[in-house]
Amino acid sequence: MKKIEAVIKPFKLEDVKDALTEAGISGMTISEVKGYGRQQGHSELYRGAEYVVDFLPKVKVEVVVPDSEVENIIEKIVESARTGKIGDGKIFVTDIEKVVRIRTGETDEEAL
Amino acid sequence: MGATDFSYIIDTFFALFAMTLIIFMVPGFAMLEAGLVRTKNVTAVLTVNTMIYAVASMAFLLIGYTLAFGSWENDSMSKWAAFLFQMAFVGKVINIMSGGVSERVRIIPLTIFTVIMAAVIYPLVVNISWGADLLQGTVLDLNMYDLAGSTVIHSTGGWALLAAILIIGPRKGRYADGKVKVIPASNIPLVVLGAFILWIGWFGFNGGSVGSISSKENADAVALTVMNTNTAGLAGAIIVGILMYIKYRKFDITMILNGALGGLVAITAGPDLYDKYTPILIGAVGGALVVFAVPFFDKLKIDDPVGALSVHLVNGIWGTVAVGIFASNPQEGITLMGQLKGIAVIGLFAFVSSFIVLFVINKIIRFRASDEAQVEGLDVNECGLEAYPEFKRAI
Repeated sequence: MKKIEAVIKPFKLEDVKDALTEAGISGMTISEVKGYGRQQGHSELYRGAEYVVDFLPKVKVEVVVPDSEVENIIEKIVESARTGKIGDGKIFVTDIEKVVRIRTGETDEEAL
Repeated sequence: MGATDFSYIIDTFFALFAMTLIIFMVPGFAMLEAGLVRTKNVTAVLTVNTMIYAVASMAFLLIGYTLAFGSWENDSMSKWAAFLFQMAFVGKVINIMSGGVSERVRIIPLTIFTVIMAAVIYPLVVNISWGADLLQGTVLDLNMYDLAGSTVIHSTGGWALLAAILIIGPRKGRYADGKVKVIPASNIPLVVLGAFILWIGWFGFNGGSVGSISSKENADAVALTVMNTNTAGLAGAIIVGILMYIKYRKFDITMILNGALGGLVAITAGPDLYDKYTPILIGAVGGALVVFAVPFFDKLKIDDPVGALSVHLVNGIWGTVAVGIFASNPQEGITLMGQLKGIAVIGLFAFVSSFIVLFVINKIIRFRASDEAQVEGLDVNECGLEAYPEFKRAI
């Protein structure tokens, strides 16, 4: 099993969710995060003085999928989250050792 | 019921109504300031605003009113209403200064200063301008025209604020390594709400200062005063909107509202004296002054989170000068020299006396919250109650 973490633009969340649901993903966890990559921050103006906003609002989507699904899911996320402009985000994939469904005690792929 | 009774009753009602509008400015100041500071200092700002109304009004009841006017007697309206109307102003003077020292001032020393300001300093300013006039017959006798207090209230509060900022210093981290670090507002909707409550309160502030509405002439004077007050606010907002766009290609609502308030302060000295067009110019100049004063004070490292110096001190002076320029009338004793003299005498007295009192209090109980308290936020340190406990604290 792998965990796929995608940091995306907040307004793309609905598109990504729809794409993942269509691909058969039955659950996901999202969190509001802040960060920057190559796009850096941007400057704003307050009472006549400029200041830099370093961290831009992003949404992090986390899903855990069977190994066989990884490439497909990554593709879906890339398709649905891409705008072509800087700041579209990144996808990170990590190994997952164990999953337990709390209600039933099922483990691993049965618990996804 | 005779005509005299009728006018007594109407004027009493008018004073009570105006007083109510002015007291409505307490939440106006509170919301404006709560929106302009960081979330970790909001409860502290609101507590200060509440304490000021209570403490200043009480001090004025017990000591200040008699010091200012010599007696409570009044033939033209209920003397209780006459008192309440005057009492409504005293908290405003200190409200003006308290906003500019927010995010680093401690509540206890500020409350002590409030007592002295409301019991002695402000009443003495009123005494020599509107009140019993203890300077009468001396070279310092004032013949300044200041209907609702551009100088008596707004610059007096502004001078006290300047003295306070010089003693207390800027917020921690505001001017680091010779650079100005921007500390953005936390809640713009509250800023808008507060500014418009102040704007509405101003109709009582200036309109009520005409003093009587019970004759046809007086009713006209009150209506003209309220109209001109509003016009100056409109002009201040419009000019700042335009200037900000020309200068920065951006609209900053906090500056536009400061511009409106600047225009309102500027018109306060003589809203009953002008025709219906002059307030456009006076308010526009007032707004423009705010646009230039805000970065100017920043350059001097005078940290004023809410722009109170630019709004109240700068425009209090401008508004008083404006009467001398646009409405000078030597037969009625209104001259440019008289206006300038009033600004100088009251400015000097308000600044020096406030500075001395603040300096002495500061030696006993430090005004400035410690660096750690400022980092953690005054809500936790001064009040033990956070305004937004469920929100993530801003960095």
